[in-house]
Amino acid sequence: MESSEIRIKQHPILDFPERRKVRFYWEGKELLGYEGEPVASALHAAGIKVLHKSMKEGRSRGFFCAIGNCSSCLVIVDGVPNVRACTEKLRAGMRVEMQKGVGPALISKE
Amino acid sequence: MKTTELAIVGAGPAGVCAALEAASYGVKVTLIDRDDEIGGQLVKQTHKFFGWHEKSAGTRGIVISRNLAGSVEENASICFMGSTEALGYYKDDGVLLLETPQGIEKLKSGRLLIATGACEKMILFPGNDLPGVYGAGAVQTLMNVHGVKPGDSVLMIGSGNIGLIVSYQLVQAGVKLAALVEALPGIGGYAVHASKIRRLGIPIFTGYSIKEAYGTDCVEGAIIWQLDDNWQGIAGTEKDLNVDVVCLATGLTPLCEFLWQAGAGMAYVPALGGFVPLYDENMKTTVDGIYVAGDVAGIEEASTAMAEGRLAGLAIANSLGKVSAGEFLEKRRVSLEELEQLRAGPTGKAIVEGLAGLRGQMGKRVSV
Repeated sequence: MESSEIRIKQHPILDFPERRKVRFYWEGKELLGYEGEPVASALHAAGIKVLHKSMKEGRSRGFFCAIGNCSSCLVIVDGVPNVRACTEKLRAGMRVEMQKGVGPALISKE
Repeated sequence: MKTTELAIVGAGPAGVCAALEAASYGVKVTLIDRDDEIGGQLVKQTHKFFGWHEKSAGTRGIVISRNLAGSVEENASICFMGSTEALGYYKDDGVLLLETPQGIEKLKSGRLLIATGACEKMILFPGNDLPGVYGAGAVQTLMNVHGVKPGDSVLMIGSGNIGLIVSYQLVQAGVKLAALVEALPGIGGYAVHASKIRRLGIPIFTGYSIKEAYGTDCVEGAIIWQLDDNWQGIAGTEKDLNVDVVCLATGLTPLCEFLWQAGAGMAYVPALGGFVPLYDENMKTTVDGIYVAGDVAGIEEASTAMAEGRLAGLAIANSLGKVSAGEFLEKRRVSLEELEQLRAGPTGKAIVEGLAGLRGQMGKRVSV
């Protein structure tokens, strides 16, 4: 699971207090992350870097800008495609999947 | 439809300082940001700022953003709309389309300030789309805001202030810096930042660039090589680095989509980061009622963004008839003097020349 090293524990300037851990799912696999952190940061801390496959060539894509600008990290969250993993806040029970190209059409729940 | 006297897109240093200045004259301000926090990119700047203004010099960016956020919250004339993305601007009606947590909204404003900042420039090399190639801002966000290391070993591209500061911050976070490469023959950023990097023993390669990043699904390594006088790589000088992160600190470019949409006059000025809006001494663009401040008006530092924001806020309040003529002229003089001071160094010289070029083009439209 999560490597203990990748989360910064000690820092000369910043404090990273413990937050509430929640379970979520990546491609069906259960993972732990901090509630409210970006999905991309929870996945990165769990060692997952490939979030998206490019439209034409199917090349691997991760986050690039981490502030919701570049759309390199689009994922499917609870069936909704084109969600930016870098700005979407992690919630308990969230089901996150890798998006391939434009992703599936969103069928509205009428 | 909601209405406001002044709508500001972007709650970074420029937008917030403009909001506070305009509000101090009684202007009703709606301050919009896609993030839920106030402060823009200051929220991840752990280093101390230089700058001329007595309120910010020597202070860490994270502290400046906290102070600015506090001032906005206390101010009854400013309505902050966080987690709200400005999707577009309809110039015929002067309406902003906003995606708020509650849904789509329209906002009509008497004045509009675009303070959207900048985004990173990409450079060309094989493998530049691999996960593990991150913008310097992304690396800062991940480690300084969310407390997650970007990887184990980093190749930093670019030795401007951002490249130097982020290298230092990576070491503070416990990450190994494999190398810092700079295509120019010398280090680009301030000597004070460069000497920190040298003291840490980080290998610095000037006159080098990245040849390629490689890996199956993510970065597993990167090759750097020396450049000749024509910026071409020299075969035989390659060094293969065992890194899992390539961090790009190769410059920023203004996020000026709204200004294109608004039909503002634009110019391509390399010293200012690319396409920038034409604007006058009041930070007003060629479109009536639309102003700019901060990196969107040319890439500079946060201290300059704050000064430009205050100037724009003052000019907007004045355009709404809320400032006496004498006070406006005096405060504008002080503001312009402050900007001149901030641009006093060698980097500032190129910026001042770029800005002079912009002024020369005011009134002309550039089409691409």
